[in-house]
This record gives sequence, C-alpha cells and structure tokens, in this order.
Amino acid sequence: MSTTNLDTAAADTTVLDGAALGHAARALGTRGLFRFATAGSVDDGKSTLVGRLLHDAKVVLADTLESLARTSAATGFGGGDGTLDLALLTDGLRAEREQGITIDVAYRYFSTGERSFVLADCPGHVQYTRNTVTGASTADAAIVLIDARKGVLEQTRRHLGVIGLLRVPNVIVAVNKIDLVDYDEARFADIAADVARVAAGLGLPAPHVLPVSALVGDNVVERSAHTGWYTGATLLGLLESLPTRDEADTAAEDFRFPVQLVLRPQGALAPCLDPEAFRDYRAYAGSIAAGSVSVGDPVTVASPGAPRRETTVIGIDAAGVSLDTATAPASVALRLAAELDIARGDTIAATGTLPESSADLHAQLCWLSPAPLLPGATVLVKHGTATLRAKVGSIAGVLDLEDFGLLPAASLELNDIGTVVLRLAGELPTEPYARHHRTGAFLVIDPQSGNTLAAGLVGERTSAA
Amino acid sequence: MSTTAPAPARPVPAAPGTPGSAHQIDVLDALEAESIHILREVVAEFERPAMLFSGGKDSVVMLHLATKAFWPGTVPFPLLHVDTGHNFEEVIAFRDETVEKLGLRLVVAGVQDYIDDGRLTERADGTRNPLQTTPLLDAIGENRFDVLFGGGRRDEDKARAKERILSLRDEFGQWDPRNQRPELWNLYNGRHTQGQHVRAFPISNWTELDIWRYIERENIALPPLYYAHQREVFEHSGMWRAVGEFSQPGPGVPVQARTVRYRTVGDMSCTGAVLSEADTTAKVIAEVATTTITERGATRADDRISEAAMEDRKKDGYF
Repeated sequence: MSTTNLDTAAADTTVLDGAALGHAARALGTRGLFRFATAGSVDDGKSTLVGRLLHDAKVVLADTLESLARTSAATGFGGGDGTLDLALLTDGLRAEREQGITIDVAYRYFSTGERSFVLADCPGHVQYTRNTVTGASTADAAIVLIDARKGVLEQTRRHLGVIGLLRVPNVIVAVNKIDLVDYDEARFADIAADVARVAAGLGLPAPHVLPVSALVGDNVVERSAHTGWYTGATLLGLLESLPTRDEADTAAEDFRFPVQLVLRPQGALAPCLDPEAFRDYRAYAGSIAAGSVSVGDPVTVASPGAPRRETTVIGIDAAGVSLDTATAPASVALRLAAELDIARGDTIAATGTLPESSADLHAQLCWLSPAPLLPGATVLVKHGTATLRAKVGSIAGVLDLEDFGLLPAASLELNDIGTVVLRLAGELPTEPYARHHRTGAFLVIDPQSGNTLAAGLVGERTSAA
Repeated sequence: MSTTAPAPARPVPAAPGTPGSAHQIDVLDALEAESIHILREVVAEFERPAMLFSGGKDSVVMLHLATKAFWPGTVPFPLLHVDTGHNFEEVIAFRDETVEKLGLRLVVAGVQDYIDDGRLTERADGTRNPLQTTPLLDAIGENRFDVLFGGGRRDEDKARAKERILSLRDEFGQWDPRNQRPELWNLYNGRHTQGQHVRAFPISNWTELDIWRYIERENIALPPLYYAHQREVFEHSGMWRAVGEFSQPGPGVPVQARTVRYRTVGDMSCTGAVLSEADTTAKVIAEVATTTITERGATRADDRISEAAMEDRKKDGYF
C-alpha cells in the first residue's frame, strides 16, 4: 500500500502554485483535437519520450508528479528532480509497472495553447503490428523512434511500413538518445538520409526527422542548446502545427454516409415534442465518413444486393437543429425527398461518385489473431455499418517487411500483412483505402468467438491479387 | 482565483511542408460526433442495452448525448443506478427528476439491500464503492442486459486509460487488460457470446475540462453540489468531507462551515469536497483549467487504496 501526501489534497485547490501550474488553462483557447500514436522498439525509450513530452509541456498535475516521484524512488530511481522514471507516467497497469514494459495501448490527454491532444501510446514489443495498427488507425500523426546509436533497424522499417500502409498523414521520426552520440550532426544526417530512402521506397510522405533526447529533454518541448545544427521544429512544435487527417482529407473527398439506423419515432417520441409535427418523421442517422453534404444535394443510395436509387437531401438534422450543410466527421440525420426502403448497412453517397458494388474484395489484411488464416475459412466482414459473411479465397502472398516485396504464403500468421481475395455474401461499394481511408477500411471478425481477427484495407480492384 | 484567460501561446516554429488547413474542427464538435456515433452503433447492434446513470456530471453528459443521438425519438434504453445507499440526497433527487423528465425507466440495484440480507458485508473502512460490483453484475444478469454504457473517461485513471471504447467482459464480469480486442478506426466490434457482456464508454476521449465546457455550451443542468455552496465539513484523510448520516467526524475533529464544491459526486463515504468559490459553470471551468490536482486524486478516497486500485476493481467487474 502506498502512502499519499494528504496535505496536498486538503489544500485549497483554487490557490495556484505557479511553478506546478497545470497548463490545462491553455485548452480554453485551443483550435482542435489532434490524435497521434507512438511506435518504437523495446528499449528505444518510447515511454520515456512520452513522459518527457508530458512533463516538459507542464501538463502533468502536481499530485500525479508526487506519485511519480514516490514510485520512482521505490523502484530505484532517486525520485528527486531530474531522476524521475518518466516511463511510469504512461505504464499504468500493475504488470507494466512491475516489469517496466508497456503491455497495451494507453490513451493520454493533454492540451497546450494550440491544441488538445489524444495520444495513443503503443507498445513496441512482440505484438508490434497489432498494437501499432490499433494505435495508428485513427492517428493524425505517428512518431517512430530510432536509437541514434543503432540507426534504422528492421523494426523501424516494419513500423514505417505499417504506418505507410495505414496512410497516417504525418510521419515523425524521432532520433532518440542523441546525447549518447555526443550530439553528432553527421550521425544524425546519416540516419535522416536512411529514413528518407526507406520512406521513398515505401511511397510515404516525407517524414519529419528530428534529433531528441527523451532522457535529457533535447528538442522535445524546449529547443536544445546542444543541437545548434538542427533548425527544424521541436517535437511539440510539430505536433501543434501539422494538419489533422480530416483537415487534410475532407474538403477534397466525395460525400459518403453509412446508415447507422433509421430514426422513426412514432409512438416513442421524446418528451415535449409535438406528436403532430413528427407523425411522419423519418431520417437516416449516421456519421459522415467523407466529404460534405448540403440540403438540395442529389444522392445515391447503395444497399447490398439491391439496385441503386437516387433522391435528394431535403433536411439535415442534429438534435432539433436544422443544418444547411454538414462535413465529416459530424454525426447527423438525413431526411430524403423520396420514400425509400433504407436500412442500416446501406450507404448514401453523392450521386455519380460511388464505384460499382462488388462481391469480390481485393484487400490487404493485417492479421491480428494467434490462429492462422487459411483459404476457405468463413469470416465476417464489418465495413462501415454493414456486416456480411465472407469466404476467404486465395492468399496472394505476405508482405516481406524487409524489402516490401510479396512472399508466397499458404496462410496468414499473427502480425502478417497479406494480400487476399474475399468473396462477400452481398455486394458492397468499397473503395481503395489509399483514396478513402474511412470507406476503404474494414474488420475481419470470427463468426464463432466474435473476436476481431484482422484489420482490412481495400486494395485497387485491378491489382493482381 | 486566477484569470480565465488562456496562457499566451508559445511561438510555434513552422513545420516544413505543412499544407494549409482546409477547415478546422472544434474539439467539442469532434468529441460530440464521436460519442453520438458510438451510442448509435451500440444501440443498432445490441439487443438489450442499458446506461449506467448516477446523476454525476459524466453520466449526465452521456445521457444528454443520448438524447441527441436518438432525437426526435426517446432514449431507447433504461438507466441503471447502482446505489451504495450512501449517496447525497441532492443527487438522488436530481436522478429521479431527470428520469421523470425524459420518461425513462430506472433500474436501481441497492448495495444496502445486499448488506441488509447478508449477501454483502460492510467493509471496515466504511467505503462502499468496491461493494457495488456484486449488485451491478446481478442486475446485468437479472435484466439480461448485453451492453452497459458507462461514463468512464480515460483521463480519470491510468487503468481507464488502457480500456477500449467497447470492452468485452466475461461471464463473471471480468476485464482482462492483457487480452483486449484491437479497436480499429471507428469500426466497433460488439460481438459477444452467451454469458458475456460489453461495457461501452462513449465519452472515453473526453477530459474533465471538455465535460465542463460542454455543460456550459449545452446549458446542461447538474446537481447543485457541483457548484460552490456553504456546507458543514470536517477534515478526514486530507479531504474535506461533508457531515451527514454516513459521514461523521472522529473524536476531536472540528466541524467547520466552509464554501465548497464537489468535482465528483460518488458515495459520501469516500468522496471529498474541494474548497471553492466557483458558483457558476464559467467559474468552474476557470477553476478546472488551472487546478494542479487531478479529479480523482482530489476527491476520491477509494482510488488511493493502492497504485492499482481502479485496475483491481475493474478486473473484478467494476465499471
């Protein structure tokens, strides 16, 4: 049992201690939510980097810092200033703290004057693909750590490969432990050149590469006096200024709206609403997966196994407020001109933009289950709001994370990224993940246990799968 | 009290190659859209949902989001309150008014009933929070709920930071943090087998400050405890505790009238007040934005039992 500093808790919390002031105050002026994920090999110092970021950005509150100092001292660190085990800020589970490792993705929240952040802190060991995919699937940016002494490793290539596959819009490579190579500019330049080569080979957008020391704090929040040769942004500076996925994507994308459920209240109307006014109310609830919609827009409805139908949007409702226009990722309800039979699993899209529906799904799967995938298996595919049975056809091969070629394979094993063809029980208007990250993603689910087996990324239909 | 003005932003070096932003999405709009998406997914895919509702600010915000998600329909599930028997009167009154106003069904699982008939034993330290697990799991079984919405936020506790938005529980209600399903994109997998159930946390990604800013934006009513008021309190274990039937000062501990408010409103036996003059939502936001103490650290004795108190309770089936 740990002790608690009782004096602190009883203190008048409205009296501010300037030195320990949590900078949540800045959140009042932030301009948006930015989600980022970390990826790094064991012992690259990833948890320490995250801890350093939180600590130096002064977003760790006083009681958490005290608890950190106590636990640091108890586990062999001094516990005083400068000798805190910053990794303890994120390793929250009993087993993680005991073993000094990160077992599962943890989500952390903090704000600066610029932005509010959601950090998915992903473990780097054993099940790296599973965890990196989980953390990076929603990320606006991913941070890959490299140990400055070791340079680009196989693990770095894997992380960059997965991040590239998931089309994370911003890639940050933190060359950590730069203090241990005496802040050597040439060493950093060599690693940055290696990273650029790997990224180019993977077709990634140019990564932001920066020299950091998580332990000492160089270029994490404060610019380092030891790296005068580095003129780019600090890690926090980058996180505060890079565009989010939605900011980058949405304006250019065509409108896509998977129908979650039909709102038809009839007898079960919310209190205080006029039953007459809502007698014939019918709207389709969902969140906008891509693009924007405005009242008056022509739309096409695609249902698995039914011909397409066209109509017009006559209303966009958000809990009693009528909108003229709405943009991803808003959750709204659409009213349509024609009385159509529309159900969960159908897609409403801007007319003339939706590809032909197909029962053949050419895709890449990140296999996340310990039991291998074999051709002929029956699985469930959850795409948008539609869940369909599917049969696994051929396995075209497994991605070689060394050189990103395709190796022949008879099955997919845990952490494999394989190219497969799935035969769906109905037709879906799927689109390549590379072009539409929200409508090109799907889950593969075990129909018996219900477990999630794979992350699916729709490929180009013309690809030789 | 400090000023409400945000600290001046530090100069941000321009990132090389940053494209101009097409549009910016407000934090509260993004969080609200995500929560409504989760509420609708769960209602569409489960047979018998229910929502944990205590009258506390997080469950009040979650219920408000549900009224939006299903508007103009009514909220399509009952509420479940696990009542420790040591709740603040104001909160119970608020709970009942809310249920009445929205025309919902409320299921109450009472810890007191379990103590009265011997199924549970009062703990030596008097705190009843850990005792909630048994009535909760029994209520889930008796009502055959297959999913329970909870107002847990990942910023509350390091164990909650690890939990998925849809979290599978086994037939004993247990959470296995080492064997969670991957949760990818906004595609939530709620499949479960007979006997298992799911806990769904639609406000996982909100912080205490987001909750308060949303309460102000949406003009959401809360129990009066959340705002500064005069109350008879005494100091206990470093917290200000209200004098009440279940919360009495020890010998020699003076009772004082102080101006306080609550950051959380759980069981009276383990929830402390903070000294505060914040009697409006705007003042509370300013206070929360500049506090140096975490929400649970300031006011919840049950989370101080050990470093992993929340994790241990959650493994047993707690929310």
